[in-house]
Amino acid sequence: MATGTEPPGSTTGVRSPGRAAIAARHLRTDRWWLSPAATAAGLLAFVVYSTWRAFANADYYAAPYVSPFYSPCLAENCVPMEDGPNWEIFGSWWGLSPALLILVFPLGFRLTCYYYRKAYYRGFWASPPACAVAEPHASYSGETRFPLLLQNLHRYFFYAALPVAGILTYDTVLTFRNADYAWGHAGLGTLIFLVNIALIWAYTLSCHSCRHIVGGRLKHFSKHPVRYRLWTWVGRLNARHMLLAWSSLISVALCDLYVYLLATGTFDDPRFF
Amino acid sequence: MSTYDARFRVWRGDVDGGELTDYTVEVHDGEVVLDVVHRLQATQTPDLAVRWNCKAGKCGSCSAEINGRPRLLCMTRMSVFARDEVITVTPMRAFPVVRDLVTDVSFNYAKAREIPAFVPPAGVGPGEYRMRQEDVERSQEFRKCIECFLCQDTCHVVRDHEENKGAFAGPRFLMRVAELDMHPLDAAEEAGLDRRRTAQEEHGLGYCNITKCCTEVCPESIHITDNALIPMKERVVDRKYDPLVWLGNTIRRRKTT
Amino acid sequence: MTHVEREQWDVVVVGAGGAGLRAAIEARRAGARTAVICKSLFGKAHTVMAEGGIAASMANVHPQDDWKTHFRDTMRGGKFLNQWRMAELHAQEAPERVWELETWGALFDRTPDGRISQRNFGGHEYPRLAHVGDRTGLELLRTLQQRSVGLQQEDHRETGDHEGRLKVFQEFTVTRILKDGDGRVSGVFCYERESGRFLVLEAPAVVLATGGIGKSFKVTSNSWEYTGDGHALALLAGAPLVNMEFVQFHPTGMVWPPSVKGILVTESVRGDGGVLRNSEGRRFMFDYVPDVFKEKYAETEEEGDRWYEDPDHNRRPPELLPRDEVARAINSEVKAGRGSPHGGVFLDVSTRMPAETIRRRLPSMYHQFKELADVDITAEAMEVGPTCHYVMGGVNVDSETAATVGVPGLFAAGEVAGGMHGSNRLGGNSLSDLLVFGRRAGLYAAQYALSGVGGGIVAADVDAAAAEALAPFGSASGASGGHGAERNADASGGRGPEGDAGPPENPYTLHQELQQTMNDLVGIIRREGEMAEALDRIAALRARARRVTVEGHRQFNPGWHLALDLRNMLLVGECVARAALERTESRGGHTREDYPAMDRAWRPVNLLCRLDGDGIALERTRTEPIRPDLLALFEQDELAKYLAEEELEGLEGSHGA
Repeated sequence: MATGTEPPGSTTGVRSPGRAAIAARHLRTDRWWLSPAATAAGLLAFVVYSTWRAFANADYYAAPYVSPFYSPCLAENCVPMEDGPNWEIFGSWWGLSPALLILVFPLGFRLTCYYYRKAYYRGFWASPPACAVAEPHASYSGETRFPLLLQNLHRYFFYAALPVAGILTYDTVLTFRNADYAWGHAGLGTLIFLVNIALIWAYTLSCHSCRHIVGGRLKHFSKHPVRYRLWTWVGRLNARHMLLAWSSLISVALCDLYVYLLATGTFDDPRFF
Repeated sequence: MSTYDARFRVWRGDVDGGELTDYTVEVHDGEVVLDVVHRLQATQTPDLAVRWNCKAGKCGSCSAEINGRPRLLCMTRMSVFARDEVITVTPMRAFPVVRDLVTDVSFNYAKAREIPAFVPPAGVGPGEYRMRQEDVERSQEFRKCIECFLCQDTCHVVRDHEENKGAFAGPRFLMRVAELDMHPLDAAEEAGLDRRRTAQEEHGLGYCNITKCCTEVCPESIHITDNALIPMKERVVDRKYDPLVWLGNTIRRRKTT
Repeated sequence: MTHVEREQWDVVVVGAGGAGLRAAIEARRAGARTAVICKSLFGKAHTVMAEGGIAASMANVHPQDDWKTHFRDTMRGGKFLNQWRMAELHAQEAPERVWELETWGALFDRTPDGRISQRNFGGHEYPRLAHVGDRTGLELLRTLQQRSVGLQQEDHRETGDHEGRLKVFQEFTVTRILKDGDGRVSGVFCYERESGRFLVLEAPAVVLATGGIGKSFKVTSNSWEYTGDGHALALLAGAPLVNMEFVQFHPTGMVWPPSVKGILVTESVRGDGGVLRNSEGRRFMFDYVPDVFKEKYAETEEEGDRWYEDPDHNRRPPELLPRDEVARAINSEVKAGRGSPHGGVFLDVSTRMPAETIRRRLPSMYHQFKELADVDITAEAMEVGPTCHYVMGGVNVDSETAATVGVPGLFAAGEVAGGMHGSNRLGGNSLSDLLVFGRRAGLYAAQYALSGVGGGIVAADVDAAAAEALAPFGSASGASGGHGAERNADASGGRGPEGDAGPPENPYTLHQELQQTMNDLVGIIRREGEMAEALDRIAALRARARRVTVEGHRQFNPGWHLALDLRNMLLVGECVARAALERTESRGGHTREDYPAMDRAWRPVNLLCRLDGDGIALERTRTEPIRPDLLALFEQDELAKYLAEEELEGLEGSHGA
């Protein structure tokens, strides 16, 4: 009638001396592994896709669309883009894909983002794999030491992500042209870019650092009514930070994929007007 | 009224060891797990140890783990389980066990003592306190806490690493630091106490890797991670890592001198 | 002689709810080394269940409010049976006590100009209740808890010891007050739940702050701790209880499903449009409007419904009659066979308002039912019935000092003390009572303790207490757990000398029978024959309780704990039944079917319960006349409704002069 659970051999975590002697590392009966597995798979897919595209150094421009992975394009080896984000700050010595120059910033922003941290700590490092499921690591120091102490730099990356989002907005404006750079046109790509930039902004502004900067750091909201209102708005967005993180991740990849399909001639941009 | 026999597996034992013991017990419509535990006491195991008080989700006494998930026994309805499911009930596994479902939660009371209390503002007498609703709302959310310690139980920082208990206050008490730091009239700073610095250096805020299990288990639905821990981390950044804030402070200091 | 560990303290506070902690803080502040003993974990006391607010005439919302108005409301609510000096002190000191909480970090809801917001409540003339949403009790208790911790931090800075001046013994239960040879308090005898070990705290002053007695009743809003411990401890120590017949039943507690039986459904459900219906679908409250209220309440459903929108030109629906009227009406419907399937009536908002409105106006109720009961109140009616909520009666105390009458060194505050609320308590007056009289009890207990009185513990009393506590394990068993020294106590303990014959009894069974008896026979509507029967049953239960046997050992053994609590519940139950049988009138929380009207002649009469051998003896006493300047706060016409004939004569004399 009883299921014996001998005082276990290992003596850490939930099996520490003094705690209820239960051999199982967890007793969850639901599919707790589904969420971290799906997270890991999703992130992995993006990493693989974006690595390929970032190193490809090709097929990132199909007038009037520039892939968000390559904008702004900061080296001389960039494809010339009419009125586009060609700023040759790095001159001619840069021989690698120009995407690598700029992707550092959005990548750093997402890598230090409070949501993504949760996602990859759980999904990749199993720290913890799920709530009340014992993690496999022998010791844990969290974000108290280098390198994870650097997660505190999230705010720098937020500051950097703002101009990047600004430039992508500019790129989106440029999509209201046709392939001959005539203004007043739009195609399916324009729509995709619009959706993407909306999601990028929503994700960027819903950031916890942003919420803190606009008002969270205040002690007396009543003395700063405008910032209080901003904080309230950002707070509302912030509640959907996870949703925005995923949807903007997907939209930016789709944007790039769309440009790739156009640039390789696999697909023709349907024009609305 | 419909009744059925449920299969329960309850951990019985004490610090010297124990085991999951199987029981078959009658369940009536509309009951919660605590009702079933009480029926076990009254009919089969009069000495089954369990803590409980209000049975209305307001006191936070009956914390335990049901099918491996930290929950309040009184807030877990039997209707969420299939009738043929075996329901496993164990004590909280982050704390030393006392007996059966009762654990020694003194860790939490020790941590509570380490958080410096509210510092009243100088020169403001009783009855003279003036605070706006929007200024108190953030801290009020944290004061909904019923101290069930489920967040402390689920937090892997101490659940999976006993050795971190000394350095880490746990979500409940880091939230208490946030509550006081956001209290509109707390005068800790004037009294020379920097709650942000101590959050990082003395209460182990850096151990938190914001994986949100505390928020997931909170029976009061307090947004512990988003509204207390992350804002607290950001406040620490203000103090220690932000270049613009540093620049602003330097300029202001120059102006005043 | 039993070896029991001892500690020396100046003041011991029994109970760590609002009153207990407030007393402890004050005693420690007054310089007394103070120990607090609580049955549960620190911070779990029943105070957290209080929702509405703390009544205090701060006049933040209505400028005309003052202590005199609050005093008047309190006396009217208690039908003038209140110990008037307590009501006066309470009304005068409540605002200071609330403001003090703010200086300890409490965060009440605010008015637009930044002061503490105050809300309306039944029986209070002005908006008076300081509140935090619907969790005011939690805020109050947490604030006192954190203040206590703050004091411990101060002590630690000064002395290096957190617990040298203020220590909380959590999960300890007191089973006896100990006295010295001269009848003065000298300490308490308690056991630790976790280990079952015994402990004696020696102290010249003991403050009882143990709350109420609700767990003697089957349907109650009270938690398991409410077993009348303080009431019984006082009785056993020789202090009388007063007004024990007055028990407040809240009309709307849940009756179904069982997981929420007794839990309160807040009055605002009815205030916001919820209606009561019987099994025939009829809004029966229209049949129960008493003559004195006829002009103030709607006669048709249409008029009642219009009141919610236009209260100035319509009369309010009878669902909003005073608590006792509604509770009685529900009781009558159920007795007449028109109740709901589980012995209540239907409280319905689902057909009265759109689901969205319900969720917006009653968020906590919606949440409570969804979470606790899987009941969607926007889709189906709730089943409700009266639930035992509060006991007005309690230890007879001195109004100023909270000292019990007759036992030097014993003090009582909060629900366990009697007198303050008379025959019926107003909502919101409980939390303020805890603060005002908790502070007073702590202050005067410290003064008494530091005055150098008190003798020692009588060793034989400790032995007797240990034997009594071990009796449920039976004399033959070696079930004392791992504490070798105390195992000896088993030998001297065991069965009483009565040598009661009969099978061993299960404490859970006896408890359920007592609850059923109290609920059925000394419940909301009382009859002479039923109460007499209740007394017989209680006597039988008491005999059977001597044969209670528990399994297992002393480590955290709930069966054992309940067996020890049974003594207290039986004593208190008998007090309620005896006093209720004696008082041949209906007043506030005491309703006699055979004496349905309030009788002015009973106004100046208090019933005191004392221990008499195994049982309870009653004593009738005359109350101290109400001070003339307080009487002058009322209109003569109003006084004429309440005061006894001879009191009125005296009054006319003084007024006429």
